[in-house]
Amino acid sequence: LRNLGSAPVPPPSPTDHRRGPLGAPTVILYADYECPFCAALHAALAGRRLDVVFRHFPVRRSHPRAWPAACAAEAAGRQGRFWEMHDLLFADPARLEDPHLWARAERLGLDIERFDADRRDASVQESVRADFESGVRAGVVTTPTAFTENGMLMGRQAVAELGTRGVG
Amino acid sequence: VIAAGTPAPDFTLRREDGGTFTRADLEGRTTVLVFYPFAFSPVCTDQLGLYDEVLDEFTERGATLYGVSCDAPDSQRAFREHLGVRIEQLSDFEPKGATCRAFECYHPGGFPQRALAVIGPDAVIAWSHQAASPGDLPGANLIFDGLAAVGTHAG
Repeated sequence: LRNLGSAPVPPPSPTDHRRGPLGAPTVILYADYECPFCAALHAALAGRRLDVVFRHFPVRRSHPRAWPAACAAEAAGRQGRFWEMHDLLFADPARLEDPHLWARAERLGLDIERFDADRRDASVQESVRADFESGVRAGVVTTPTAFTENGMLMGRQAVAELGTRGVG
Repeated sequence: VIAAGTPAPDFTLRREDGGTFTRADLEGRTTVLVFYPFAFSPVCTDQLGLYDEVLDEFTERGATLYGVSCDAPDSQRAFREHLGVRIEQLSDFEPKGATCRAFECYHPGGFPQRALAVIGPDAVIAWSHQAASPGDLPGANLIFDGLAAVGTHAG
């Protein structure tokens, strides 16, 4: 059985999606692409000097398209375009059905057949699930949840704190 | 909420199908009672959706989760169906809050505290938790921690 008991949030690792200037304050985000507050946080982070580590936290009963969207981002990542897909997903969180995902993949010039196979691939699903489980173990209960040097920020609090003042 | 090591009290809750759920239903298996304030309130919605996402992992550990509130059974069913969750709901509607009182988690405002109780196959409380405020959502990790305590308290 996989251990789902309490554990600290895992520090950034080479398998994480990470972007931001070297030396900037690190923020580990658990979020999903169908969540309005996550999209608001994504917009609020634009231009902030932060080292962002992004992890998926799709809860299907709350946001049914969050899981396929997370897998689409991972599949784009297989073709080196994770962040581009990530930004396109957050730019339009109301359009996450399969044709919308294909349209984004086309716009990024991805190999569509490969994209479609990859997003259903067991290892892609597994990496999304591993992100989710690490969040569960760290006590994540809602999206977005941000871990900063100063602790855990949830929901609109994360948007307010990270968006207006930064964490530096 | 009722402390770990305490035998479960006698109680009667109403199932969605009109049947009853009593202390006898706790015996021989591990049960998790998820007391929540109100059907359709925002935090409760997040809570049951989150726990449903790891329901298979609870099942693998032999644990059955139930949602408990003072809402009427039809309201609970509507809530469960609206959320699309599989967690069965148990109603503490009449006499209102009697089971919550027996489990020491009845809020003076007339609704359950946000509380969790893991009950072992011996019908003894193995672990319990009450959120600092009804607006705080306990993580699923806490329930997995609680399940590790099953069998560690003598009945």
